[in-house]
Amino acid sequence: MVGIIGYGAYVPRHRIRVEEIAKVWGADAPSYKRGLMLEEKTVPAPDQDTITISVEATKNALKRANINPAEIGCVYIGSESHPYAVKPSGTTLAEVIGATPDVHCADFEFACKAGSEGMFVAYGLVKAGLVKYGLAVGADTSQGAPGDALEYAAAAGGAAFLFGTERVIATIDETFSYMTDTPDFWRREYQHYPQHAGRFTGDPSYFKHVTGSANGIMEKAGMTPQDFNYVICHQPNGKFPQRVGKMLGFTREQIEPGWLSPILGNTYSGSSPMGLASTLDIAKPGDRILMVSYGSGSGSDSFVLTVTDQIDQVRDLAPHVRAQLAANKNYIDYGTYAKFRHKILKAE
Amino acid sequence: MSTSAKLKREMPQRYRMEAGKCTTCGYIAFPPRSICPECQAREFDTVILPDEGTILTHTVIRVAPSQFTDEAPYAIAIIELGEGARVLCQLVDCDLEQIAIGDPVKIEFRRIQAEGKSGVLFYGYKAVPA
Ligand SMILES: [Zn+2]
Repeated sequence: MVGIIGYGAYVPRHRIRVEEIAKVWGADAPSYKRGLMLEEKTVPAPDQDTITISVEATKNALKRANINPAEIGCVYIGSESHPYAVKPSGTTLAEVIGATPDVHCADFEFACKAGSEGMFVAYGLVKAGLVKYGLAVGADTSQGAPGDALEYAAAAGGAAFLFGTERVIATIDETFSYMTDTPDFWRREYQHYPQHAGRFTGDPSYFKHVTGSANGIMEKAGMTPQDFNYVICHQPNGKFPQRVGKMLGFTREQIEPGWLSPILGNTYSGSSPMGLASTLDIAKPGDRILMVSYGSGSGSDSFVLTVTDQIDQVRDLAPHVRAQLAANKNYIDYGTYAKFRHKILKAE
Repeated sequence: MSTSAKLKREMPQRYRMEAGKCTTCGYIAFPPRSICPECQAREFDTVILPDEGTILTHTVIRVAPSQFTDEAPYAIAIIELGEGARVLCQLVDCDLEQIAIGDPVKIEFRRIQAEGKSGVLFYGYKAVPA
């Protein structure tokens, strides 16, 4: 039996509302809230980045897994906002949790799919017997250009997953990846903000790859939407995961527990992993879960999971995702947000 | 000593909060020391400090050293972590007017300092309201 033995998430405390961003750019807040189904998003504190978020999410995963971190054989962080252009994020995480030096480490990048990529590889190494435990984190502190539609969604957060063969809380029953070369969203070297291809990010990109991957894994596993209790698809905004879920034949009840984007925003590499964490927070033994990530460029990784009896032993050993979203919220204005996110030009 | 060498040397305490516990009298030294200030013994066990504690005392820095001017005003606190272990660190994500002695806090991993625009990044522990 190979699967998840520990999971944890981290949600920064600062928030900015859609109205506060719209006010600055003369945009119509109600149409954004309705059109994208977004209320507010998380904002990282000035001293938080992908590394610090990965550390906190991993600490929560370790509380649930209760293993010796020195036995973790691989540490992978997937992100599109690694703090260094050259120097891994994962080495710091491995050092903090005490997994060094006998450990394989790499940073992953694939727009919003980087987190699930790490999960895919860590799970594969455990299954192959090359490592005892594998750690994969999806985390981001992404930025949309000021005034761009992305600015209403680009948020911060992350989730960490430990894979192993004993005391498994959710088995991985099937995996599937669907990938084509699709230029829907990108950031060139030395550019601060990403660019996107507008409407092209929808049907030929997000919807094509998410449905391609979800249908592919269900066919491979011989399953239909009715066989699942829950589904989590990548959440670039509030609307897309609802729409793609309906396209695939899932109900609102199956989508709801992992649907965080209206009050979280898009945490990029952390998005579908945080949705999975939130779903595990409420799942019961025997529940079947489908997770489908999406990363621009473009690709989708899918996982079929079955929750085991062990979930009841570990669920409350670390804070739940929705509890973190509700606790200690601090609303900031656009000026503070611009300062926190280094959007203000200062004298050298 | 280079910045990188200093950063590397301090990682056990800054990253993992490793302290020295005197094998003779139980005194907890953080950062670790080579001689116990209580009993002058020289043998310590490595222990990891808990990540929850309470505020023992605090102050607000309004005129900050040059590398921290963007953060001012900010709070510094001494946190009591149990077994007599105390750490001095920044208290963040909090309302400066609401801080009170005895408040429960949690230790989180944060960025401490960036060496200019292109230098190395320092990470370590800070406290946040629990
Ligand atoms: Zn002593």
